[in-house]
Amino acid sequence: MTLLVEMKGIEKRFPGVHALKGIHFDLHEGEVHALMGENGAGKSTLMKVLSGIYQPDGGEFRLRGEAVQLLGPRAAQAQGIGIIHQELSLMNDLTVAQNVFIGREPRRSFGRLDDAQLNRQTADIFARMNLQLDPEAIVGELTIAKQQMIEIAKALSFRSRILIMDEPTAALNDAEVRELFTIIRQLRAEGVGIVYISHKMDEIKQIADRVTVMRDGEYVATVQAADTPLSQIIAMMVGREVRQQVASIPAQQPTEVVLEVQGLQRGREIRDVSFSVRKGEILGFAGLMGAGRTEVARAIFGADPLEAGEIRVHGQPCQIRSPHDAVRAGIGYLSEDRKRFGLATGMDVRANIAMTSIDKFASRLGTLDEHGMQHTAQNYIQQLGIRTPSDEQQVALLSGGNQQKVVIAKWLLRDCDVLIFDEPTRGIDVGAKAEIYTLLEALAAQGRAVIVISSELPEVMRLSHRIAVMCEGRLTGVLPGGAATTQEQIMALATQRETVMHQAGEQ
Amino acid sequence: MTTTVHNSKGTATPGLLGRLLSSGTHQRLLAFTSLIILLVVFSVASPHFMQTSNIIAILQATSVNGVLAVAATLVIITGGIDLSVGTLMTFTAVIAGVVLTFAGMPLPLGIAAAIAAGVFCGFCSGSFIAKMKIPPFIATLGMMLILKGLSLVISGTRPIYFNNTPGFDQISRGSLIGDLLPALPIPNGVLILFLVALAASYVLRRTVLGRYTFALGSNEEAVRLSGVNTDRWKIAVYALAGGICGIAGILIASRLNSAQPALGMGYELEAIAAVVIGGTSLSGGKGTILGTLIGALIMAVLTNGLRVLSVAQEWQTVVTGAIIILAVYADMARRKKS
Repeated sequence: MTLLVEMKGIEKRFPGVHALKGIHFDLHEGEVHALMGENGAGKSTLMKVLSGIYQPDGGEFRLRGEAVQLLGPRAAQAQGIGIIHQELSLMNDLTVAQNVFIGREPRRSFGRLDDAQLNRQTADIFARMNLQLDPEAIVGELTIAKQQMIEIAKALSFRSRILIMDEPTAALNDAEVRELFTIIRQLRAEGVGIVYISHKMDEIKQIADRVTVMRDGEYVATVQAADTPLSQIIAMMVGREVRQQVASIPAQQPTEVVLEVQGLQRGREIRDVSFSVRKGEILGFAGLMGAGRTEVARAIFGADPLEAGEIRVHGQPCQIRSPHDAVRAGIGYLSEDRKRFGLATGMDVRANIAMTSIDKFASRLGTLDEHGMQHTAQNYIQQLGIRTPSDEQQVALLSGGNQQKVVIAKWLLRDCDVLIFDEPTRGIDVGAKAEIYTLLEALAAQGRAVIVISSELPEVMRLSHRIAVMCEGRLTGVLPGGAATTQEQIMALATQRETVMHQAGEQ
Repeated sequence: MTTTVHNSKGTATPGLLGRLLSSGTHQRLLAFTSLIILLVVFSVASPHFMQTSNIIAILQATSVNGVLAVAATLVIITGGIDLSVGTLMTFTAVIAGVVLTFAGMPLPLGIAAAIAAGVFCGFCSGSFIAKMKIPPFIATLGMMLILKGLSLVISGTRPIYFNNTPGFDQISRGSLIGDLLPALPIPNGVLILFLVALAASYVLRRTVLGRYTFALGSNEEAVRLSGVNTDRWKIAVYALAGGICGIAGILIASRLNSAQPALGMGYELEAIAAVVIGGTSLSGGKGTILGTLIGALIMAVLTNGLRVLSVAQEWQTVVTGAIIILAVYADMARRKKS
């Protein structure tokens, strides 16, 4: 078998981050090589190096035995490297064939388009893929799986021999996954090398020949997929050295249940989710990306609709149709995306802190008590240690950690009984993280019910009294916090797809 | 958010220099400087320009467009747009005509009816946008046409004169200030514009509605996720803008001593131009009433100055268009730098 890609000791640094630390990766003709690792392990960065978007700072990079330097995605394309991103980049209103050949449309004289030729060439590619698809169909009317096939066809139309697939099954149902796998096997038989990125354990067993695991930007190992147990791959992904960081979580006194949800349901994103949080408790939500944790949080908060389910606050059933209702019921939600959903970044610190509680500063005529707001804002700036020159500083000019503190101040001022933190430390440096942890613990100690959604396992384990784990919209289990639970147990629940359960039963 | 120049003592506000260099102030300075330059150029070019009567004419011409521009400013700061301000002005003038001339009611009722009609129409536009999720451009475009048609229908396509309502024309043309200080015959229309601007500025800076106006334009989703009933506040902004259009309706009807049902189209674009020249961002979240006033003045000075210099009306329009592009380009260039 010919070696298509050979990467040795690849290094990549960004300001403040060592993203790739001596990564090894190779790809043979006619193999599916899975690349695995938790969020932030460096998989995407490595693939951006392979597809020419980033240039490596060090290490060897060979294609078919020759050292290369790919300056940009076009150079990679010319070398036969195609990438299919998780978010499809298709133009929904154009036809299949128009999408495949966008920018390279066959032409006739005077710049007229040759649609017959366009459709014929597309049909040829589909025939090679053994795919039944009308080149003249409108892309937006096709299923996600079919759209994915179009992306593959597009990559193949560049005569790609190396195909990178970034979580191609994230939006597919089981039948569609089977359809995709048929195509992948066919391409493999033709000698195409495929890099397959996925969080789904069972797929690795079904489709991959070899598996390379990365963790925190480092190379862990490459193993044969067939004779490596899943548990070993999981262990490689999570590592073990983080475990000492787990704080001893004091046993919870049984206190009043503040928030209780029953049978939350919305399509495939939220499937029969029920749980409760007590006063003074931190409930962690673990799971891989797309497991449905944010969806559940937003649904409880009324930001997105629900199809079914009951929400009780202090035992009282609540009708929550909008965030406005949720806040009145005493629920606060701090979004994972501060800039888009948390802050009016063009406004100052004072206005942002007062945003949810402006009625506290308004007279009956609607005029604002600017002094009161200033006083309150300055109090929180001091209390939370927000580093800002003044409370009239524009929020956009603060660092990530300080922006997060502004969001927290906003919700502290509102005095909610239930606070949902969605990835509270994303994009925040280590020092500020510790401060946020202390703050969350203090909030729980004051008797609030706190929910923390985090993709970083050590974070969930450090903070949570109990850990709820989700996978594909289902709550797959609730584990006790503290030393009683291992990362492997959490990961096992986080990757517990329905098909895995069936297979585990068969084996 | 702009910082007030008259701030309370003892707060940690940046110094005067810092404030002058802050972005909002900068744009207003830019607009203000342009205004001064225009005034200087025209007064050098023509001895007639700086005469009191001409200055009064400029101010008078600013009043209606200025009031409409204030209404447009509120909406634009939320990140929306209101294309219906012009025909809404006409519609409210026609309503005033119906109440005063057709029904023969007393003057205050006519004024109240015009403003109420404006608030109601603004409420409708706001509801289309907030509740039915129709983009502001489309919703107010529809409203613009509906109101134009309704004005013609209600008036029977003929102007309604206010000859039976004594004092109606004095609302805009009289001069309370001139009665007190004969040296300053500033027409009431200008006084009203000033009061409307002052009130709008107060609402923007000092009230919940104003705070949410900026917040909606800055990041509507973040505001919604803060538990704010964004729909309600958005409708309130459009309704307030509608009410201000009602005031503009009274002003123009008073100036013409009639409600001209065919008038109105095109006013919305002049108002939006004044807002933009004044440094309010069409993407929302930023803007000041003072800037808009300066913008409206620039438009009026340009039109008047070019006319005094006997530049053909066709060319006046060309120059105005070029000024709008220049003003926005200056704004963009400044934004890129910061």
